[in-house]
Amino acid sequence: MLLKTSKPTDLKESDITDQAVYKDRRKFLQKSASITALSLAPSLMLPTMASADIGFDKIIKSDFSTKDELTPQDAITSYNNFYELGLDKGDPKRNAQQLKVKPWNVLVSGECEETGEYALEDFISPGKLEERIYRLRCVEAWSMVVPWVGVELGPILKRFKPTSKAKYVEFKTILDPENLPGQKREVLEWPYREGLRIDEAMHPLTILAVGLYGKELPNQNGAPLRLVVPWKYGFKSIKSIVSITFLEEQPATSWNIAGPREYGFYSNVNPSVDHPRWSQKRERRIGEFLKRETLPFNGYADEVASLYSGMDLKEHF
Amino acid sequence: MLTIQSGKIKPVLFLLLLLPLGMLAYRFYSDGFGANPIETINRYTGDWALRILLLTLAFSPFIRITRWHNIIQYRRMVGLFAFFYVCVHLTSYIVLDQFFDFSEIIDDVFKRPFITAGFSAFILLIPLAVTSTNKMVERLQYRWIQLHRLIYLIAMLAVLHFWWMVKVDTREPMIYAAILAVLLGFRLIYYIKSKI
Repeated sequence: MLLKTSKPTDLKESDITDQAVYKDRRKFLQKSASITALSLAPSLMLPTMASADIGFDKIIKSDFSTKDELTPQDAITSYNNFYELGLDKGDPKRNAQQLKVKPWNVLVSGECEETGEYALEDFISPGKLEERIYRLRCVEAWSMVVPWVGVELGPILKRFKPTSKAKYVEFKTILDPENLPGQKREVLEWPYREGLRIDEAMHPLTILAVGLYGKELPNQNGAPLRLVVPWKYGFKSIKSIVSITFLEEQPATSWNIAGPREYGFYSNVNPSVDHPRWSQKRERRIGEFLKRETLPFNGYADEVASLYSGMDLKEHF
Repeated sequence: MLTIQSGKIKPVLFLLLLLPLGMLAYRFYSDGFGANPIETINRYTGDWALRILLLTLAFSPFIRITRWHNIIQYRRMVGLFAFFYVCVHLTSYIVLDQFFDFSEIIDDVFKRPFITAGFSAFILLIPLAVTSTNKMVERLQYRWIQLHRLIYLIAMLAVLHFWWMVKVDTREPMIYAAILAVLLGFRLIYYIKSKI
């Protein structure tokens, strides 16, 4: 039997963009943005073993998807805030190979009955992969429209049977300072950590993403497993998750530790609460020249505003 | 021995100082500016405005060390280039970033300390640029020297502008702050020595 082992630096066939496609990428992306092209895309793909395992060949569409025009794939994969892979927006793509994503386990702990360490494939298995086209609003006042592939977080969390004490969920990113260049310096407290209130985590808009544009998630976008909470600023959507903990108390979160005046625990997108150093009223959609108005809860107010009824969102920013 | 014809230095320096702008144009035509071109242009022009501003402050320490007094004649041009790059940087903010949304711009200037610092630096540079002609130097005499000491404050504001803008990684503004500290520290030491 012939065994071919691949080096981590080897490019997969799927990594290489055909030159003609690249040259013509804007037109190509416009086309692929249309619903017909998107429904064809998964079947055109050569599924790798792992992606076949978790079902990239049968991605379901979702009513939660926005109709906004998609941000081109090369922008989504080359303009990233992922400090573990470097502080410059271009660093995560350059250093993407430094993140080792196979094998990948997720440790589930805290206030739940089924604690344990789960292999990624088992962790995702019961969910059917869905495409969720969401707006992403960064706290730095830029935004994108991203076709994530993932599963709802709620049903996954329920499998671990959270107890009545589980009021919050804490997430942690991989800690690997030997490989991850950004973790060699303490710009943030490593590992990166984020948290949600349990009702936010259980909300049907909240997903765990494993893919992007119909394929496995590129490392710079938080492979192999990341959170996506579309009504919150992007930094809440923690990347490369290795740990999920159910907690009774609100967990400390990385950006809140770094700048408590600037980054709140909730960090819901809110045009009427400015960041102390810049306005949050408007945002630049990547690819557009003029800024557009930022919408409360990033345009998802109908779905999520009720989670915060009675709360002063200027205080709980 | 290498001799430098001073007549040729000026045009060469002029072209060198235009190079950052040329590089910007070149990038525009080659690979573009990435996913967020406006941010890239803004950062790039800001970087060069700050660098050239610090370059003007390097003249007098350099002359004191090397005794190459002749080069003082080029400082005005470098200073005006610093003002030029500050103007390009400000224009990119007003036109590209805010697209003439003056209510937002005014908000920024008064509410965001890093923009307050940057904008103050720009305002303070205007009288220096205006009084850079030979006539003005003659007319103002000692007051010209006093006025142009504003550059120390301007340089500090420019570094603060950068420092207060970054989110957590202050390494780059720290480098500029260190360079400025050396340039100003040199003057301080020289001043103290002259008093003794």
